[in-house]
Amino acid sequence: MSAQRESVAKDTSGPAEVQGGEVRRYRAGATLSVRTELVRQLRRRRSQIAAGLAMIVPLLLVVAFEFGSSSGSSSNEQDSAYDGLVDTATAGGLNFALFTLVAASFLLLVLVGLLFGDTVASEASWGSLRYLLTAPVPRSKLLSSKWAVSVISSVGLILLLVGTALAVGTAVYGWHPLALPTGSDLPTGTALPRLGAIAGYIGVSFLPIAGLAFLLSVSIDSPIGAVGGAVMFHIVTQIFSVISALGVVREILPSFYSEAWLGLLTTPVQTEEMTKGALVALVYATAFFSVAWWRFHTKDILS
Amino acid sequence: MLDTPIPNAKELPFVSQRQRKRWKLVFPRSIKPFATNWRRWTAMGVPTLLLIAGLVWWLGGEEDSFRAHEQRLRVNSGPDGTAPVTLDTTLYLPDRAGSEHRVPAVLLAHGFGGTKRSVTDEAERLATAGYAVMTWSARGFGASSGRVHLNHPDYEVNDARQLIDVLAAREDIALDSRGDPRVAAAGASYGGALALLLAGYDQRVDAVVPQITWNDLSRAFFPNTASDTADPTHTAQRGVFKAAWAGALFGNNALRAPVSVASEGGSSDVDGAADPTCDRLAAEICQLYLDSATTGQASERTTQLLQLSSPASILGRISAPTLLLQGTQDTLFPLSEADANARGIARAGTPVKVAWFTGGHDAGPPSAGELDRLRSLTDEWLSYYLTDYGRRDKGVHPDTSFSYSQASGVNVAQPGVRTLSYTAPRYPGLGGVGAPQELRLTGAPQQVANPPDGTPAALSSLPGLGALFTAAEGLADSVPGITGIDREINGQHARFQSPRLSRATTVVGAPEARLRIWSENGSAVLFAKLYDLDERGGAQLVGNAAAPLRLTDLSSTQADARPVSVTLPAMAHTFDAGHRLLLVVATADQAFRGPTEPARYGIALPDTGAGEGTDISLPSVPVRADAVDNVEWRIALGGAVAVVLVSIVVAMIATRWHRRRGERVVEPELAQTPLAVRELSKTYRDGFGRDSFVAVRGMSFTVEADQVVGLLGPNGAGKTTTLRMLLGLISPTSGAGLIFGHRVEPGASVLSDVGALVEGPGFLPHLSGRENLELYWRATGRPNEDSRMAQVLEIAALGEAIDRKARTYSHGMKQRLAIAQAMLGMPRLLMLDEPTDGLDPPQIAAMRSVLQHYATEGRAVLVSSHLLAEVEQTCSHIVVMHQGRGIAAGPVADVIGASPSVLFEVSETERATQLLRVLPGVTGVESSDEGLVVTLQRARSEVVAELVAAGIAVERVVPRRRLEDAFLALVASNSTADSGTANSGTANDSTPLAAGSGVGGSA
Repeated sequence: MSAQRESVAKDTSGPAEVQGGEVRRYRAGATLSVRTELVRQLRRRRSQIAAGLAMIVPLLLVVAFEFGSSSGSSSNEQDSAYDGLVDTATAGGLNFALFTLVAASFLLLVLVGLLFGDTVASEASWGSLRYLLTAPVPRSKLLSSKWAVSVISSVGLILLLVGTALAVGTAVYGWHPLALPTGSDLPTGTALPRLGAIAGYIGVSFLPIAGLAFLLSVSIDSPIGAVGGAVMFHIVTQIFSVISALGVVREILPSFYSEAWLGLLTTPVQTEEMTKGALVALVYATAFFSVAWWRFHTKDILS
Repeated sequence: MLDTPIPNAKELPFVSQRQRKRWKLVFPRSIKPFATNWRRWTAMGVPTLLLIAGLVWWLGGEEDSFRAHEQRLRVNSGPDGTAPVTLDTTLYLPDRAGSEHRVPAVLLAHGFGGTKRSVTDEAERLATAGYAVMTWSARGFGASSGRVHLNHPDYEVNDARQLIDVLAAREDIALDSRGDPRVAAAGASYGGALALLLAGYDQRVDAVVPQITWNDLSRAFFPNTASDTADPTHTAQRGVFKAAWAGALFGNNALRAPVSVASEGGSSDVDGAADPTCDRLAAEICQLYLDSATTGQASERTTQLLQLSSPASILGRISAPTLLLQGTQDTLFPLSEADANARGIARAGTPVKVAWFTGGHDAGPPSAGELDRLRSLTDEWLSYYLTDYGRRDKGVHPDTSFSYSQASGVNVAQPGVRTLSYTAPRYPGLGGVGAPQELRLTGAPQQVANPPDGTPAALSSLPGLGALFTAAEGLADSVPGITGIDREINGQHARFQSPRLSRATTVVGAPEARLRIWSENGSAVLFAKLYDLDERGGAQLVGNAAAPLRLTDLSSTQADARPVSVTLPAMAHTFDAGHRLLLVVATADQAFRGPTEPARYGIALPDTGAGEGTDISLPSVPVRADAVDNVEWRIALGGAVAVVLVSIVVAMIATRWHRRRGERVVEPELAQTPLAVRELSKTYRDGFGRDSFVAVRGMSFTVEADQVVGLLGPNGAGKTTTLRMLLGLISPTSGAGLIFGHRVEPGASVLSDVGALVEGPGFLPHLSGRENLELYWRATGRPNEDSRMAQVLEIAALGEAIDRKARTYSHGMKQRLAIAQAMLGMPRLLMLDEPTDGLDPPQIAAMRSVLQHYATEGRAVLVSSHLLAEVEQTCSHIVVMHQGRGIAAGPVADVIGASPSVLFEVSETERATQLLRVLPGVTGVESSDEGLVVTLQRARSEVVAELVAAGIAVERVVPRRRLEDAFLALVASNSTADSGTANSGTANDSTPLAAGSGVGGSA
């Protein structure tokens, strides 16, 4: 210890950048860059598990299709669109990727909720939030970096899942045109961008959940609570959106348009529902993110 | 480490600061109320407005309210206009209708088997749009009396004419002239035919909107689509009876009394009961059905009666503009019926418009999208031809364009199919526009057998039941496994197919093909069907429709067989690229009554010059696709994105502006003062905005350069709250902290010159200690060379452990790492909250030295602690807090008092006292419970040596804590003010604050 004392004591020059009460070499805009935050988050075990899940799910599905019994799926069930995707899932890599994306969309939703829900709350629970804020990272900068990293990770996760499914599916089932549930085919050149657009729309439809998770994340110090709350909200709105007695109210629920991407599986594409869905998602996301932003700005950091 | 028991413990705010509360926005009002409000507005206001605007758009739109008037009307009908019948009517009247404001009316008729209640939805919709809507149960249905005459001019049509009279007599219905109300006739199927017939028989009708209805009932029930070159005209006598549909309609339960098991009242008079055969059908209609179903042929009388009930007979007399809506999934009244109506009405010069929709008698209710389309077409038509606005003012003249729709997939938002619609400038008829595309069909000549009694037979459609399946399937195709190609019976059908289509081909109209057919008995009944065959072998029967052919005078050999032209069912269907067309000609179909004798037919394609084959002609219509999206939605989305982007930019500018404004608040005279605290207060509020407790009240103190200042107070005194306010983590209720003259705010950049440890360490558990520090420094955004990482790591003294993950660290290790983190970059002010927490005594001693050395060269350290000894030994200055207040401040010596005293524990108290009293440098000796309290002016060791030399055993020498005394005295004088409960014991009751802490133990 004495050595350290020496070293500190010896340092008589003082912080060179500080003179006359002026703080130099600190720029609020340079704090907590997206890259830094990305490094902080990506090295977390939960990020690695999320990425692992996104890669394992397609493999599990291949195994399930290869070894599972293919006993005739009766078409008596109501969920015909979904059944159609199951029936055509093994028609080629594109079909498999589409099926995987749809089948795993709830998993993706939970993971996106996790990425947005624990980003601030986990810092609060570790106690590192207060140190970032006194570094000082301005609150808006902290939020925007964390938001950007959550967005980047979510997009990456979706791409990882679809990419893996596409690779695995193509390896196992070959590269064929996308067989549509309605019986026709889409040539690969058309189908690939459509698949991308479907993934994009599914990503957009996650925005309200991401927003709520983010709001909960800045409001409560428990990551689990934030993620759970957002997922619960999703489930509740999903329940409400199938109660037709609610009439027009359903149409402003975020999950009402969760399957609007099916419009991309027709020729020509139908985007009206997706437009509405994107609008609703945007309105919810804006509301949630704004409230989150406002709350975090005015909040007393007590973690 | 022993937490200090506090006087008035129960009064102190021990509520955890983690407790969830709705802290209200509390900015020092004096600083920037405007900026605060503005920020709040941008954050909350814009999106909220967006939401509200969206909601209003969604749910809004003004609607007229209306009331429904039920009435039993008695009308006199029949051939001579004297047979009374009671009609159950409901008039939906908009509230604003009156003699001042007369409204146009709509007669809305229901379908076969329904009642006036079947059309309630549409009636209410039209009423909210401002029309008076008259609905009624047709005679023989519902609560109306009379018997069903199948829209006979003398009966049903006459009834409706008298309803027009009723409307004409009302004071609130618009009139064209006296006795002539402004009225439209509308309805589907049975109601649609009535609307057409009414318009033919009553010129007062101003507009007609018939849906899925017939032109000629005799042809609808006895169709024959073979046009024999010898006799191209159609007669019902040569048609094939559509037995299944006839049975489904005749068997309608609405026509009969319900079956009752109980024989109530003991009436066993069977003869007096209702006729079980027909009950509510008029006798002649009943006979008509019985004859037809028995013989499978239409008699002269049957044909006459059916034609009387057919608009075909009066089309030339219709002068009211007519909008014909016909379904593509309708084997009862196919598209050809609407085609005949359209041609007939147009021939008289009356405006007529045709639209095909995805639906019909074989489908369930139209999908939501189709319903919207039909309604908008209807509204446009009615608005123009019925309302003054439409007629005289700026109403858009409805064009007489033709549109159709196709199912394009499952509708995800609403039940039913998704459809796309297409529009052509005018209705081209079933032959399409221009020359039809010709496609070669090939196939060998085939022999087929007619089964005896028509059984087994293929199943193309499910009359009366198809709706169930199409609704459940979502797609209005044939039901796999139940209808279609799976039910074609080998030996009973011939197949001819086209090559794969190189590109998608849309057929709009009725395809035609030529076949050679021979029969051993000279005649044949056959059913021609067109399948869409996909790449995987799946086949869809387009429209579920079969075209029946009754052929006579056929030759008995292939060689002599003459070509017969076959018109296939009209369709609006796209055959995708890669698909094939499959023409199936079958001998029996469950929907029709064919011949009962077994027979054999031969079917072949005409012999053309290039071998056997035929061209199937596929009519098409050049169209443009209707906009699928409401443009408004795209605009709305674009607008919303723009609003959000603008809000973000505004928020960014506002934040930057706010920050810069904050930077300017500098008090130059304090530029060299590390910390000045002015009247700092914090009041926490409860969830309802009420002040719940005051954590800090009016704290003021200063930390000058080169000072180590101790912030001393018991747990809960407000030390941590004060530090959090000084670090910008929580907003003070009032007052401010100034660091080097800069006002502290959340994220104030002057905080970059402050190192902090607040309420324990906080590290990312998944990273090592080194990575934590490195990433923390990266997060500050400052250059690496400023970090002084190496020196700081020495202070942390974690050795090898620095590269282990932080989650494996002990509390003490984390604490040292946290202090090191606070020192990163050598900030000029350190604020450390309980820095020695978790450290062992040598580490504490070392830390004390580190801090004392740190506070040089203009730097300063503020240490908070509840441990007196630590503060006493570390700090040059002290600030004492109690219950949120600063109760003393100054150099440690000033607060403690001048002369230090020492407690001696000795073996012989009496002798020691005497000895000490005479020793030089000893100014006072007092006896106490613990030992002797001695005030010394010389070194303790010398005094100990004196005592030992005198033979007195010295067991313990402890510096007597004057700070403790001072503190207790201060607390005692301050603690009682706002606590009146029994527990407000005085300082004397409590254990000395730092006793047993071990810090700086025995000398």
